[in-house]
Amino acid sequence: MNALNIQKGASSHSAYDLRDPNAQVEERHTLAVLVENEPGVLARVIGLFSGRGYNIDSLTVAEVDHTGHQSRITMVTSGTPAVIEQIKAQLGRIVPVHEVHDLTVEGASVERELGLFKVCGQGDKRVEALRIAEIFRANVVDSTLESFVFELVGTPSKLDAFAELMRPLGLKELARTGVAALARGI
Amino acid sequence: MSRTMTGARMVVEALRDQGVDTVFGYPGGAVLPIYDELFQQNDITHVLVRHEQGAVHMAEGYARSTGKPGVVLVTSGPGATNAVTGLTDALMDSIPIIVLSGQVPTFLIGTDGFQEADTVGITRPCTKHNWLVKDTAKLSETIHKAFHVATSGRPGPVLVDIPKDVQFAEDEYRGLKQIEPARYQPVRKGDVTAITQLAELIEKAERPILYTGGGVINSGPGASQLLRELADATNIPVTSTLMGLGAYPASGRNWIGMLGMHGLYEANLAMHDCDLMINIGARFDDRITGRVADFSPGSIKAHIDIDPSSINKVIHVDLAITGDVGHVLEDLLKIWKSRGRKTNSAAIGKWWEKIEGWKSKNCLAYKNSDTIIKPQYALQRLQALTAGHDRYITTEVGQHQMWAAQFLHFDDPNRWMTSGGLGTMGYGLPASVGVQMAHRDSLVINVAGEASWLMNMQEMGTAVQFRLPVKQFILNNERLGMVRQWQQLLHGERYSQSWSDSLPDFVKLAEAFGCKGAQVQDPKDLDDAIRQMIEYDGPFILDVLVEKHENCFPMIPSGKPHNEMLLGDASTEGAIQGAGAALV
Repeated sequence: MNALNIQKGASSHSAYDLRDPNAQVEERHTLAVLVENEPGVLARVIGLFSGRGYNIDSLTVAEVDHTGHQSRITMVTSGTPAVIEQIKAQLGRIVPVHEVHDLTVEGASVERELGLFKVCGQGDKRVEALRIAEIFRANVVDSTLESFVFELVGTPSKLDAFAELMRPLGLKELARTGVAALARGI
Repeated sequence: MSRTMTGARMVVEALRDQGVDTVFGYPGGAVLPIYDELFQQNDITHVLVRHEQGAVHMAEGYARSTGKPGVVLVTSGPGATNAVTGLTDALMDSIPIIVLSGQVPTFLIGTDGFQEADTVGITRPCTKHNWLVKDTAKLSETIHKAFHVATSGRPGPVLVDIPKDVQFAEDEYRGLKQIEPARYQPVRKGDVTAITQLAELIEKAERPILYTGGGVINSGPGASQLLRELADATNIPVTSTLMGLGAYPASGRNWIGMLGMHGLYEANLAMHDCDLMINIGARFDDRITGRVADFSPGSIKAHIDIDPSSINKVIHVDLAITGDVGHVLEDLLKIWKSRGRKTNSAAIGKWWEKIEGWKSKNCLAYKNSDTIIKPQYALQRLQALTAGHDRYITTEVGQHQMWAAQFLHFDDPNRWMTSGGLGTMGYGLPASVGVQMAHRDSLVINVAGEASWLMNMQEMGTAVQFRLPVKQFILNNERLGMVRQWQQLLHGERYSQSWSDSLPDFVKLAEAFGCKGAQVQDPKDLDDAIRQMIEYDGPFILDVLVEKHENCFPMIPSGKPHNEMLLGDASTEGAIQGAGAALV
């Protein structure tokens, strides 16, 4: 290989080439997939993941351009570098998929998720829940004498941490939107 | 000129605009309006099949032998579900197919109506793309899009599901010139820097090999020509996958035979020992690589493929070129020539000596017999007696398929139709019908095993109805030969369910269908029987009774690398062990 002085994967213009292609360590990647907003497109994406045995850690989808019929799917997936590359290539091959961006390798990006947490309790636990919510800058969006619903926006790990703290304080239910992400800068 | 018409008429109009001359199909309630339109025109021939699976395989045979897309018309529900095997087959082998299916009217969708099925849902994973058309205004554009998607980039099957009320409603027809250019435009040209690097590699390589696949054939006859030019100019040996046979001629100077599980010894050893592997339109299928960890350990691997997802899927390659084989080969040749047409000819000469050494093993050798027809012998005689003909071969799936690939020789692309990726028993007979529809005066032979052949034998009726003189060359060992072989190698010779009992009398069956049949079991009579089959003016079934327990060699047992091939005379005891036993 080196004797002939060819750079690994010199033609693919992919950051993948900077990593060990045979690494067995699983990586977590956030992908932004821009798709034609047509019936069945989400089923195609999900079917690809189930059919080929890939992981979906989180997935969000909504129309982002009504006149251009374009939706944006943000998905968090995990796998070895080779599997991540396959996932991107397989997504790119779906006919109504216009663009696939790997936000994890394409430079800095911001990731946010919204969670709603229902915490039930009385007395000290209720006060403590409210105090921690303030620390996390969570909003109270519903309150009864025995419960709160907190709204928290942040990275998935921030939501995880909040849920962990709320569990002993009476966390009854939670709903999370999954990650939405954008690349930083222009 | 206003071109307002019903959806049903739009279908026929769009097919005509796309240059379709043949449709394979079967009518039913949900496609009656389209059949009514077909009845009132003469440009498009409709081939009435006996089962919708047959229709798709016929369309595949038509497509692969012509390079044009194949078109299928089926009804809703069972019509569409019967097409699923054919769609999956076409997806695996990258064959452009357009299936038009009827659907219950839009207002009945979701009510479990009679002959309703979620056709787009069922066929989503087995098509390149599919559409449910709910509005007649979008129908003509969708059909044109369907042709574009099926034939662009890596070809594949598509399906358009058309509810019956959409067929009846009227709207404006939009022709090819009135539709917006499709957004789906796969890259065709390869990256010039990468192609230049490949030219550099070719200049220095000491033990290069061209590993070619179905992508060369899909890219068109021009790509096959360029491959021949490249191989002949550089003196690099050429091997091919099952799907790529004929792209480089079997009579060509650089041909070293098919590779893979039942490929030639010299081809597999050359793959294992090469220092530069140039994969042109193949996909490192598990039937090719054997044990991935030991696949061609010392080589630099370059891969030319139009589908980016084929690259680095199974084998990590050192140089990836995404693009159409024909375009890339053209650029490669140009660049290599402009750099002075250099190769390391001395080293390549030595490489050829090594390959000749492997060739002298004569890996296809078998013990012939005076009393029993050996399947290999039958195919050798078929090759000898048909070589001069304008010949197309289709096959079913199993031992006979591998022997056909080993013993029949193809000098041109589009002459060999076989189910490679999916391995669909029952493919060959309908495929032969589809090929013959496209090439009425050519010799079309389906090399079959008796078990595979029975799976779609109803299509003999289609062959007789349309006076298609397809030749059914059945190597009858009264066994599911490949299953039997694996049971021998892997399951202690316990032959569970792998024999064909209560077989029909194929000669009487031929007569019942209204065609001709013959049976042959003495090697001395074989040539005459083959001649009779070729010369008969009509469909013919030749039942060749062959040795029942012949195994197909050479063979790379599953889970083994290329250099641990089994030859015919070797011991097969414990051939498949450990992790290999779990593989298929």
